[in-house]
Amino acid sequence: MNATNKTWPWRLLLVVILLGVAAGTWGAIMKIDYQWRWKRVPQYFMYQAEIPQKIPFDGRVGAIVQNGKEMRVTLISEEAKKVVRTVAADSLKVSEGEDLFIGDIVGFSKSWRLGPLTLGLWTTLWLSAISSVFALFLGLITGIARVSKNITLRGLAMIYVECIRGTPLLVQIFIAYFFLGTVFNLSRNVCGIGALALFAGAYVAEIVRAGVQGIPKGQTEAARSLGMTAFQTMKDIILPQAFKKILPPLSGQFISLIKDSSLVSVIAITDLTKSGREIITSTFATFEVWLIVAAMYLLVTSLLSQLVFYMERRLAVSD
Amino acid sequence: MIKAKNVVKIFSGRSGVVRAVDGVSTEVARGEVVVVIGPSGSGKSTFLRCINGLETFTEGHIIIDGVDLADKKTNINKVRAEVGMVFQQFNLFPHKTVLENLTLAQIRVRKRSRKEAEDNALMLLKKVGISEKATEYPSRLSGGQQQRVAIARALAMDPKVMLFDEPTSALDPEMVGEVLDVMKQLAREGMTMIVVTHEMGFAREVADRVIFMDEGRVVEVGTPEHFFTNPREERAKLFLKQVL
Repeated sequence: MNATNKTWPWRLLLVVILLGVAAGTWGAIMKIDYQWRWKRVPQYFMYQAEIPQKIPFDGRVGAIVQNGKEMRVTLISEEAKKVVRTVAADSLKVSEGEDLFIGDIVGFSKSWRLGPLTLGLWTTLWLSAISSVFALFLGLITGIARVSKNITLRGLAMIYVECIRGTPLLVQIFIAYFFLGTVFNLSRNVCGIGALALFAGAYVAEIVRAGVQGIPKGQTEAARSLGMTAFQTMKDIILPQAFKKILPPLSGQFISLIKDSSLVSVIAITDLTKSGREIITSTFATFEVWLIVAAMYLLVTSLLSQLVFYMERRLAVSD
Repeated sequence: MIKAKNVVKIFSGRSGVVRAVDGVSTEVARGEVVVVIGPSGSGKSTFLRCINGLETFTEGHIIIDGVDLADKKTNINKVRAEVGMVFQQFNLFPHKTVLENLTLAQIRVRKRSRKEAEDNALMLLKKVGISEKATEYPSRLSGGQQQRVAIARALAMDPKVMLFDEPTSALDPEMVGEVLDVMKQLAREGMTMIVVTHEMGFAREVADRVIFMDEGRVVEVGTPEHFFTNPREERAKLFLKQVL
């Protein structure tokens, strides 16, 4: 038998399949009548805003001094009070000595602003981050309660996990917003974060439970036989070992959470998905925007995967 | 030192009720080395685990240094700190280095400073002959080395009694000797020890007293010479014939 396995034919096959899929997609797109407008997309990441600069009183224009691409316009009021407004050179609307009334536009100043895609991404990120922290705490407590000897704790944890896992997240978000939000007068952000945290928390709890139960009983016995309390044993012996084992499924859960956070757009939180929808209503660039939005989610989740991969290698030293 | 009075441990499972320990009474004096032998399933390990509260017993009393384990007010953690335990499967903490394995409980339970705990740990590692492995993780050690670390870990708490639950049963044959040597040294130093083992050579050489258990009961008690040369009970004779 040939011991050396050749890999290049399979690599070639992979490339051929990928090219085939790309070509097929391309062909299908060409068949329909769609005007691609990629040029319209960048402005939704960042754009140059034009802010009108107005005269705050009735008066006249004093000196206009050019300063690179900007003009410094001195405005003089009837009481000889002076203010200076800086505007972009090509947007200057007045000339020296001109009489102006209060509120007249002198020109426009330009500055870079974050577009809806960037702001939406930011919302998605902080929403997911806060939900993750709460979910981790909730899941940790519930997961430990699930393996507790106390029947009350175990029962509460089980009911929570079953209720959350047995209902769709979308419905939970609606309940959180329309029912709990109304009853307790909560803002939409609190409802969104709460629903996401409760949802992910139930799954984290199951992961933690499996992790804790996966640590051999001898570890607990050894720690307890040294006189350590149940709490110390959990904190110093069981959880550090369990954490290492559950890191991959836990990171998967948090990646899911980032993706699931797109559902909060239904209660009008302007996350990445909602921003995408809003941009489409004004540009009709449906294909481009959704592809970009997907790529942005993919970017965030793959960065997180890489981070976890790095952590796993760091934690593997004692294996 | 240790007084067991009519200890009963009942496991109730689906297949019925098992009296794993069935009315065991014994006393262990300070500095005494007691070896418990018997066929598997005779309840010797369960009895040993009752002594440091890893198993709660159903009836009877175990009194260690005047503290009754059956008393609800007894702080079991305080008792355990005085009773060292060595397991068949070593049960070292795999995520901590050898040194950390030895210092953790000293710092958490005995409230020693890190420096004090480390000095004590290094002294003990030297004693069991593996001071050069202090910074390694347990997975890098052989079975015999791991078990010696486990003994050092238990000793680091300065226990009054050491319990050994078949400490050499999970070891490769060539590593049994190094662990038994450490145990022999401990016995010579006057440590109170209760050892569950199948090592008859060790029992013969080190034990002050041999307890033979079968079906949860103490069948025969005696000095090693008496037990190994001239046992009274039929069950003990049968067992010795099979193992010797």
